[in-house]
Amino acid sequence: MNKIPETHYLNAKKGIWSWLTTVDHKRIGILYLFSVMFFFFVGGMFALMLRLELLTPTEMYIDSDTYNQMFTLHGAIMIFLFIIPAIPAILGNFVLPIMIGAKDVAFPRLNLLSWYIYIVGALFAVFSLVSGGADTGWTFYTPYSTTTSTAVISIVLGAFILGFSSIFTGLNFIVTVHKLRSPGMTWFKMPLFVWGMYATALIQVLATPVLGITLVLLIIERLIGIGIFDPAMGGDPVLFQHFFWFYSHPAVYIMILPGMAIISELITAHSHKKIFGYKAVAYSSLGIAFASFIVWGHHMFTSGQSELAAMIFSFLTFFVAIPSGVKVFNWVATLYKSSISFSTPMLYTLSFLFLFSIGGLTGIFLGALPVDIHLHDTYFIVAHFHYVMVGGTVIAFLGGLHHWWPKMWGRMYNETLGKISCLLIFVGFNMTFFTQFIMGSQGMPRRYHLYVDAYRPFHAFSTYGSWVMAAGFFLMAYYLIHSLFKGKPAGNNPWGALTHEWSITSPPPEHNFEEIPITEHGPYDYDKIVAKSTLVEN
Amino acid sequence: MDTTGTFWMPPGNSTIAGDVDSLFYFILYASIIIFVLVVGLSAYFSMKYRRRDGEVGKTDGLDHNVKLEIIWTIIPTILVMIVFVWGFKTYMYMNVVPKDAYEIKVNGQKWFWSFDYPEGGNSVNELIVPVDRPVKLLMASKDVIHSFFVPNFRIKMDVLPNRYSITWFEAHTIGEYNLFCTEFCGKGHSEMIGKVKVVSQEEFEQYAEDLAFSGEGMTLEEFGAKLYIQKACVTCHKIDGSNSTGPPWDNLYGKEEHLADGSSVKVDENYIRESILNPMAKITQGYQPVMPTYQGILKDKQIDALIAYIKSLQEDESLINE
Amino acid sequence: MSHSQEGHPKFLQHHFSDVEQQRESAKLGMWVFLVTEILLFGGLFVFYAIYRAWYPDMFHNAHLALDVAMGTTNTIVLITSSVTIALGIRSIQLDRQKDTIWYLFATLLLAGTFMVIKYFEYMHKIHLGQLPGEWYHFDGIEGNNPHVFFSAYFLMTGLHGIHVLIGMGLITWLIFRTKAGHFSSKYYTHIEMTGLYWHLVDLIWIFLFPLFYLIG
Repeated sequence: MNKIPETHYLNAKKGIWSWLTTVDHKRIGILYLFSVMFFFFVGGMFALMLRLELLTPTEMYIDSDTYNQMFTLHGAIMIFLFIIPAIPAILGNFVLPIMIGAKDVAFPRLNLLSWYIYIVGALFAVFSLVSGGADTGWTFYTPYSTTTSTAVISIVLGAFILGFSSIFTGLNFIVTVHKLRSPGMTWFKMPLFVWGMYATALIQVLATPVLGITLVLLIIERLIGIGIFDPAMGGDPVLFQHFFWFYSHPAVYIMILPGMAIISELITAHSHKKIFGYKAVAYSSLGIAFASFIVWGHHMFTSGQSELAAMIFSFLTFFVAIPSGVKVFNWVATLYKSSISFSTPMLYTLSFLFLFSIGGLTGIFLGALPVDIHLHDTYFIVAHFHYVMVGGTVIAFLGGLHHWWPKMWGRMYNETLGKISCLLIFVGFNMTFFTQFIMGSQGMPRRYHLYVDAYRPFHAFSTYGSWVMAAGFFLMAYYLIHSLFKGKPAGNNPWGALTHEWSITSPPPEHNFEEIPITEHGPYDYDKIVAKSTLVEN
Repeated sequence: MDTTGTFWMPPGNSTIAGDVDSLFYFILYASIIIFVLVVGLSAYFSMKYRRRDGEVGKTDGLDHNVKLEIIWTIIPTILVMIVFVWGFKTYMYMNVVPKDAYEIKVNGQKWFWSFDYPEGGNSVNELIVPVDRPVKLLMASKDVIHSFFVPNFRIKMDVLPNRYSITWFEAHTIGEYNLFCTEFCGKGHSEMIGKVKVVSQEEFEQYAEDLAFSGEGMTLEEFGAKLYIQKACVTCHKIDGSNSTGPPWDNLYGKEEHLADGSSVKVDENYIRESILNPMAKITQGYQPVMPTYQGILKDKQIDALIAYIKSLQEDESLINE
Repeated sequence: MSHSQEGHPKFLQHHFSDVEQQRESAKLGMWVFLVTEILLFGGLFVFYAIYRAWYPDMFHNAHLALDVAMGTTNTIVLITSSVTIALGIRSIQLDRQKDTIWYLFATLLLAGTFMVIKYFEYMHKIHLGQLPGEWYHFDGIEGNNPHVFFSAYFLMTGLHGIHVLIGMGLITWLIFRTKAGHFSSKYYTHIEMTGLYWHLVDLIWIFLFPLFYLIG
């Protein structure tokens, strides 16, 4: 029988104060887990309310102003408070140091500070919510954002502050990966999750400051009217779009690269197979990180930029597609001659391959200039980024959460319920968003509270899908919380995986390792080593 | 030419729609092939290599295959290059406005479209164009960024406050098509919907004349009632006593209106005129300051007609004749 | 636990295996942080470049309103302060704590001088109404939208000024810690990092100075 060890990081120190002042990367990961999931719930509730309102073409229960504030908050909360921190700050914080055989991240106090900065930023967003909400959309386009009478400043300030949280997490990971790898952990023996986190950290550090200064300019413009984005004063509102997308396009990769990083771990651990093309996967992360900086103009094909600029951005955009495609092919090839276990994390991985392929391929439509002109700012775009962000990142995050859940808490969740919930989310998601591709290419514009009757069946079906998805999420919340108290002890290595975190107890001891481990084999040497699953032996 | 619409695309009613759609379908079919390959192989491998009960052992060490990796890098690269070149060619064609195009000035503002025709006419939320003739749109915004989108023509262009933007189309089927604003512009964004009415050349000439019409042969009240619909006042001001974005017009004339700043004003000719030309000057209590100015859109006579119309909606005779 | 073994210096945090690793990490972390700082200013430099390209004549006319003598003095003051902080680092490497304190104090004084001169420049502009955006009410500059020049000027030198103030705070803190004997040739990471930060602040000014005071 598996047993929970007597002392571990969760009970090494006691009391709420020991949590609020902790510098242990694992505990900080848990702090993030609860705060980020709280905002995921809030953002999700907004999504459900929006979908409900869209069930009918006319006003159902909220007016246009409320609708506009709701989709703004849904977007801003999901992006700045959920997706960006989700994987790096929760799972990255928890497993990255253990994976490379370190006792903590390089700057533990800075790590705690990041969490507090996150909370402060979140409070500003909440303040905006209670003081009437902003109605600009999460993109804050000028001149609308500088002229609307809603509470724009507090939410923009919130996003600005959250940026620092993101920068410090990235900085911490870069230094940790460079300087804290244990003996034998060479760059090419690092698990691909670490590679993905490293590439993400590079973008966080290089792109976020530009968003920071842009948001500061927006705030100053609103406060004292310096006229940078105001056409009446010699400014240019399109300049804001350039500044904004210079950050926010790379930010899309801050969101998806960690998802890809998780998939590389899950697909190997649950099929006990060496990853196909390790170096290709590792380098493609860096390639994507680099390419993400030079494609921002593809968000502005209809903004009236020159034909030359449009051509260059379209050309470059296609080159982001190649490394993403290579990754997908590598994952599929990894399954060849493997030994696949249909555990919940593996189901999420297979869902990811399905959904992310659609998300990625629809990106090609949007890179092609004339097609983009038709599809820009319609529900096709909405569907595309939900397929990438939810079908890609969130599905991978959920897979990772289930994968490392037994390591975090030492207990297993109910696998049957896990599979049912995964299935509900998969079906519900496709119902909700595949429909939106069709209505988008049929011309339904995004951010519409009221709509033309012709789109009604699509909207209705999409709303039904959102209920199926919600059922899956509530089921998941139930069995995960249940497992904290009643779950079976999982043992050190429930999946029979080979990376370092599975060689220590679950939950891990306070300082991870008694002795710094020496890395002898690669992270995916399933052709040489067999690690027994601690679940099977019961 | 496809004018009925498909599962994916609305009917294509402009000359460029066919080109855009062929590229769309090329990408669609290529994507389906790749998707089936990826998902099909994943499913096949998942079934074939699923872990049997109790089976724990080493797996194959296969971790690369240079030939395969080169193939799956090169083929997608070629495909996307085809898409790029094809897309760029079509895009260039879409961007060159034919020389003989008929030019209409488009003005976007919260939350309606207005169109100025070279003959001097003006229409609101209804763009009337002749069939089989290139039409160039010279667009500008009075406030925030809007975007001009006609799904059936496959055109979309942002409408900016500080510079003109240009787009063009040539409609080849007579009919009425939706016109959407696709750049979020506030409360009435989803109601900033207009129509593009494609008519025959003869009919168009008639319309152009009609729009330039200044009410001859009509009473001022009748002309005002016509303008009430034509200039989209109806979007925000109801005449059945119900509240909308703006105050209702019925029984409005002559009454004391309470303003947002606490003062009050009597609704007379001057007040109405000011409210049309400078809507921000006096805001009625309980309403948002969102009305755009009609300076430059309405001529003096048209304003007079609207005032006469509002007067005619007052049922209490004593208030009119005071 | 392994971190209480003998010969383990007090300042070594438990998760590092040796002093060298800790110092290297701090250094890399600082460099990465400086990159983010450069990108933060980078956004403003791009903003400057775009508006200067749009209004070249106005930028030329407006820059004449700046006092080159004061700008030059400030440049010299800041460069000197970079030298003094470097000397401070050298002193601590040689275990001369007293000299370190003096050099840090000199740096602080020079930074203060910079801020005082900046204060007089700002007051003069505020007095004349050469201010950003809507606040601009000076009419001696020809060209379109001269307020844009002053928006850029106040934003960029203002952000730089905030960095100088933060630097002064850090240096004051270092003076107290050096006095308390926290640093020696074995451990002076904080001084070294502050030095790096201070050089960056100096470097940014070296770009700001010609871009605002010497164009044309």
